[in-house]
Order: sequence, then C-alpha cells, then structure tokens
Amino acid sequence: MQSIIEGFAAAFRLIVTLNPELWRIILLSLEVSGTALMLATVLGLPVGAFLALRRAPLRGLVISLLNTGMGLPPVAAGLFLYLFLSRSGPLGFIGLLYTPTAMIVAQCILAFPIVASLSHAAIANVDPVIRQAAITLGATPIQESLAVVREARYSILAGVMAGLGRVMAEVGAIIIVGGNIAGYTRVMTTTIALETDKGNFELAIALGIILLTISFSITVALRFFQRLGQGGTSGN
Amino acid sequence: MGLELEIIHVFRSYNGNPILRDCSFAFAGGRTYVLQGPNGSGKSTLFRTLALLEKSDSGRVEYRDGGRILAADLALRRRITLVLPRTGIFNTTVFKNVAYGLKIRGVSRAEIEARVNDALLAVGLGHKKWQRASELSSGETKRLGIARAMVINPEVFMLDEPTANIDSANTAIIEDIILKMRQDRQAIILMITHDPAQAQRLGDDLLLMQDGKIIPA
Repeated sequence: MQSIIEGFAAAFRLIVTLNPELWRIILLSLEVSGTALMLATVLGLPVGAFLALRRAPLRGLVISLLNTGMGLPPVAAGLFLYLFLSRSGPLGFIGLLYTPTAMIVAQCILAFPIVASLSHAAIANVDPVIRQAAITLGATPIQESLAVVREARYSILAGVMAGLGRVMAEVGAIIIVGGNIAGYTRVMTTTIALETDKGNFELAIALGIILLTISFSITVALRFFQRLGQGGTSGN
Repeated sequence: MGLELEIIHVFRSYNGNPILRDCSFAFAGGRTYVLQGPNGSGKSTLFRTLALLEKSDSGRVEYRDGGRILAADLALRRRITLVLPRTGIFNTTVFKNVAYGLKIRGVSRAEIEARVNDALLAVGLGHKKWQRASELSSGETKRLGIARAMVINPEVFMLDEPTANIDSANTAIIEDIILKMRQDRQAIILMITHDPAQAQRLGDDLLLMQDGKIIPA
C-alpha cells in the first residue's frame, strides 16, 4: 500500500513540475493519435457518406467488413503492418518501420473502420424528410447530400471521438511497428507497459492519470455531441 | 405572366394500389387552390408528384412559362416548392433554416440577411431568429417551414396540411400568412386541408380528391 501511495505522490510531482520526459511522451502520443485520427476521418467520412447515400454494388459486404474492422485486434493489425513494412516485406523499401509514421499508419488502420462505420450509421439514420426538404428548397444532388451529412454532424463527431478513444488507448499495434524507442517512438501506452514491466511506477502512474483524464474528456465530448445530435428535429 | 401548371392523365400506384387514376387538372396563375379529401385519397401523392419529388407511372406534369413547356430540371425545381407535412426542419438555428434556400442559390450574405429577416417577421418568428429550431413549438415549426419556403419567392407554392395538429392561435397566424401571400404574389398557391371552413376562407377554388382524381368541390 505504501509503495502505491509513494508511486502516486511521485507521479503527481512529475505532472506538476512539468517533467520534460513526461511531456515529450504526451505530446508525441497526441501527435501520433491526432494525425492518425485526422487521416482516418478524411478517408472514413467520405466512405461512410457514400455508403449511406448511394446504392453502390457490394455495399452490404463493405459495411459488414467495416463493422468487423471496428473490432480488429490491434496486435493483429500491428502484426500485418509489420509484415508489410519489415525489410523483407513488400513495403520494406520505404523504411517506415520503427518510426512515428508507421505508428500513425497503424492507428489510422484501427480508427478508419470506426469512423467510416459510425459515419455511415449516423448519415443513414437521418430522417428521410431532411433530404426531401432540401430538394423542395431547390438543392442540387450534391447540396442535398451535404444537407443530410450536415444533419448527422454531431453523430459523426461522436464517431470520430470514439475513434480517438480507440487509438489513444491502443498499445498492441504501435509497440510492434513503432518499437517503443525512447525519445522517438515511445508514447503513453507503450511507456506505461514498459515502465510497469521494469517496476518504475512513477512515470507509469503519471501517464496513467493523464491517459485516464484524456479518456474521461473524450467520453464527456462524446456525450456532448450525442446530446447535440439528439436535439435534431425534422418537424411535426 | 407566371408559371402555369397542368397535370395530364397521371396514374400512380403503390404496391399495386392505385392512388392517382387518370388525374388531370390545369392550375391557373395567381389563384389559390385548396384541396380536400379523405386520408389515403392521394392528396399528398398528388402534391409530391406536382413538386417533382415523385415520378408518375404514366401521364405527365407540365409546367409552362408563356406557353413554353419547361423541362423538369433544377431551374424549374427552384421556381416551385412544397412545404411537407412533417416540415423537415434542419438541426440548426431558425435563421439558418430560412437562409438555406437562398444560400444554395448563391445569394449574397447581405441579401440573405434582409430576406430572411423579412420572412421571419412575416411569420412572427423575428424574435426567435437565433434560437435552435428544435426548441420551437409545433406551431412555430410549421411557421418556420412556411418562412423557409416563402423566402425563395416560389411561383408555385404548395402546402401539405400546414395547420394540421397545431393550436387555434397558430392556425390563425398561418391562415393570415396564406391570405397575405394571396394578395402579394402572383404565385399559384395549392394547399391541403381537412377543415372545410378553412378551405372556404383561403381558397379561390375548392377541389376534392376522389377516386384518384381532382374534381371541383
């Protein structure tokens, strides 16, 4: 019990004194996950919108694949990406393995199905009367689709936040493709795993507190966006 | 000379149930037509067909301008509008809802501001301009739907049950709006109601939907 209390005390000291190593790790985590999420959103939102708004061939199959991808084990994603990026792999010549870029790609692969699938669900659930109203007001087909996507914006944002929650908490994929190199590819989750293994709890607890705070903030934001989305009305 | 509208031998059925059966009628510019008829008689289907939201199985809807038949394209769709019974209000502010039709037409910001303000004043929602549309009452939502359609100055203005399920105060306001539209515009106004007294108050021509056809009441 005493060691736990001491661990927390030391962890708070690290946070309060703005320990440079701690902040470097936090900033790299935010940079990697933020970039991955941005890419996943840029790719996933149009895919989700297309699937919701157009009757494309193989639509059902693609939706099923995306839904399956939402539960993709990070370790498996990391393993396959490693096989592609390793020196003997098909993309080994790019030299991305053990770099933050490889970690971004790994997290993007994990977040993409979440963003695409939840965007699809959000847009598909918009009341059809919204689309009809846009048409009656003179919208072109593109403007009409945008009106529907805009109507789903808060639910889409909730999906993006769910994607952020997934990548921020993820450790399996990035530890495989990033290598957990100190000062280069070491992020919050991989540091916690490593420092706990070594018995250095101060840094692990400090990062754990930060990670929990971020998770809590994501949950609050998620709930906020969901509530805004429920505020929608299609009239009486 | 505004738009002329004619529906010619239109048939429309859903799942084998005939709704519109050889429906024909010519609507003259500047007149207000009030359509009545029992539920399921095809009134809304007729309006959706006239508004080019639905295609007919056979027959045609013809819009003419100075005797010239117009193609059913975006340019025509932007001259007509239909206020749906479930209004389809967007999840944003009252102002942005009304501004939508102008914004998608590329109208300047200053003109949007002025026209939206006028439309909101006309329906008595000027003071709720920045409120979220989801916070409005049922009657106010109906009025917002009318303002959103009015602001684009349609030449054919269709209203599908604009006073259904709202209180008498809101009904009176909406009737006043329609009466004022009758005076101010050369548009063809078409509306559906189940209230015979309201039909008398608002319509130049009273019509009845019967056996999938329009007949003078």
